[in-house]
Amino acid sequence: MSFSYPILPEGHLLAIEGLEPPHIQALLDLAESYALLNRQGKTQRDLLRGRTLINLFFEDSTRTRTSFELAGKRLGADVINMSVSQSSVNKGETLLDTASTLNAMNTDILVVRHAQSGAPALLAQKVSAAVINAGDGTHEHPTQALLDALTIRRHKGDLHGLIVAICGDITHSRVARSNIHLLSAMGAEVRLIAPPTLLPTDVDRLGVTVFHDMRKGLAGADVVMMLRLQKERMSGGLVPSAREFFRFYGLDQEKLSFAKPDAIVMHPGPMNRGIEIDSAVADDPSRSVIGEQVEMGVAMRMAVLDVLARDLRRNA
Amino acid sequence: MTDLLITNARLLDPATGLDAQGSLLIRDGKIASLTGAPAEGLPTLDAGGACLAPGLVDMRASLGEPGAEHRETIASAARAAAAGGITTLCALPDTSPALDDPALVQFMARQGEATGSLTILPYGAATRGLQGKEISEYGLLREAGAVAFTDAGHAIANARTMRLALGYARAFGSFIVQHPEEPSLASGGVATEGELASRLGLPGIPLAAESMMVARDIALARLSGGHVHFSRVSTGAALDLIRAAKAEGLSVTCDTAPPYFDLNETAITGYRSYAKLSPPLRPEAERLAVVAALKDGTIDAVVSDHQPRDADDKRLPFLQAEAGGAGLATLLSVTLARFHGGDLPLLEALALLTCKPAKLLGIEAGALKVGAAADLMLFDLRRGWQVKDGQLPGKAQNTPFDGRALEGRVTATFKAGRRVFGA
Repeated sequence: MSFSYPILPEGHLLAIEGLEPPHIQALLDLAESYALLNRQGKTQRDLLRGRTLINLFFEDSTRTRTSFELAGKRLGADVINMSVSQSSVNKGETLLDTASTLNAMNTDILVVRHAQSGAPALLAQKVSAAVINAGDGTHEHPTQALLDALTIRRHKGDLHGLIVAICGDITHSRVARSNIHLLSAMGAEVRLIAPPTLLPTDVDRLGVTVFHDMRKGLAGADVVMMLRLQKERMSGGLVPSAREFFRFYGLDQEKLSFAKPDAIVMHPGPMNRGIEIDSAVADDPSRSVIGEQVEMGVAMRMAVLDVLARDLRRNA
Repeated sequence: MTDLLITNARLLDPATGLDAQGSLLIRDGKIASLTGAPAEGLPTLDAGGACLAPGLVDMRASLGEPGAEHRETIASAARAAAAGGITTLCALPDTSPALDDPALVQFMARQGEATGSLTILPYGAATRGLQGKEISEYGLLREAGAVAFTDAGHAIANARTMRLALGYARAFGSFIVQHPEEPSLASGGVATEGELASRLGLPGIPLAAESMMVARDIALARLSGGHVHFSRVSTGAALDLIRAAKAEGLSVTCDTAPPYFDLNETAITGYRSYAKLSPPLRPEAERLAVVAALKDGTIDAVVSDHQPRDADDKRLPFLQAEAGGAGLATLLSVTLARFHGGDLPLLEALALLTCKPAKLLGIEAGALKVGAAADLMLFDLRRGWQVKDGQLPGKAQNTPFDGRALEGRVTATFKAGRRVFGA
């Protein structure tokens, strides 16, 4: 596949907000072809040969880091995983000190996860590498939204006109923000389902509809996207207890019955079974596409790496 | 002694409403005449038609010293103040150690004298160690030179403590400067709660955090008979409450700072930590409410709220970066933007920076008065310039106005008749 224009004009992937629908479309199309190649067991190890990809994770993550590692290796990159210890995370100097270290190493692509919103954007100003945001604070997690869109597209076709319900802790969810931007840009109807204590202020201005009653919010939905409820939200008093949350905002078969009969169920993982999702739903092969999300994650990240590598070649 | 005749100036005195071409005679460091009697043999300065106004009275600035000399020193702040036309400045007590002891207050005031260009009027800590618990020695601190009392950027959160502070300060003819923010609601927030903060994934501070504290303290002013002054008021709801309290005849006053009438929250887009301030920048509707309150006189003064920070404080992810902006050098020019923008007559814009804060503080300053110290500022109302970090006078370069084009600039500053800035 070739493109006549840069898909990620800034040379980084820092956020979904600001990406234009044709760019999103192009990324998804490219990822589709990688999904096919992956299933056929084919690799393209020449594409990123000689390129260095560093996974720079200031927060623990097995799933996302492994997914990027696999994607990079399938394209032939030299992949290095750097985990920065929790104790030094709070020292802001570390971030920019790290940036100068990475510059000295001639890193080509930097995949960053950080607990602070905006940290990858700050790094992108300081490093010569292409930066991919692998989740920053409560801001965005762009590759997650892209892989979610890819998964949805494979089941539902065009995203335009689909009803997607995102449920749970929206306030603290970077996955939710990226999905809201992406799905709205592609013409889906996005609904948010959460108690007011877990909804960001003025979130309705992002073009979504807000529901506090899960059954009403799920009515007629094509896609049900569950979010992880962090345990510390309960100690922070945002929800009174796990049992109350599960009763009113946990996805079980009964609540799911309000969605369309062929609605798919998604979760970015890792799941809190019995808190935001019932095992009977999570493990139901006719509804749950949670496993497929993981598979699409690798293909999606290969597409992103491919596009950024094209820009690297363009600038070389 | 300092004698000088400044001729060919546009004399501006917001205290009397004077706005006329003329000359000003300085003798022995004092204003001797505003009628410009020609004086043989005196050094003369031709102002070339520039505006001559009282030196500015800045009711709120942090100087970095003692305790944070890597950010700013009294000497560097004095240079920035002189370049900004400021000749009198109230220093916040959140130094290290905090100014809760008479000796420390005296030290600060004397440091000002040592600069030769700036009168420093220190605030005393409203509570010991700025801890918000026990009130400090207002009587002794007043004797040592404390201009009023405040816990600087910390709100006095406990209602009983605030009531006692307001009441006790009354005994010494003084007042309490409050940071108008309910801390339990603002805790952890770094931006104004709303659409922008939600998009950026930043924890927000609701607008109500300001109006709640203002409402509470107005009630406490009514209860105690004390005088509360709210500093850097930035929301329409709080200004409405203050407007009503004034109409009721309560001792309630307030100030704001240039960022709150010149910028709005969009300045933090892209996680620009130089625009991270406390209180945080607000949505445009609030900025407009601040402008309206400047126009109708609800706001008594404009303060620089100079908060020096160095690059290491600011070049961090937004949540971790320190709040605060440098403000001394831009105080006049950004305030003049409200004159150039048609919101304020020139003398009213100047009054907010001179005679109004002087009156509030109960000090002799901020007026062109015969017999008063010749603290003066000469400025070119039309000169254009652009704010650039790295090029500001003084040490602190953390301006939220980086790149802002401004009209009007100080060309010379005089302290007791002696020129302390300008060629």
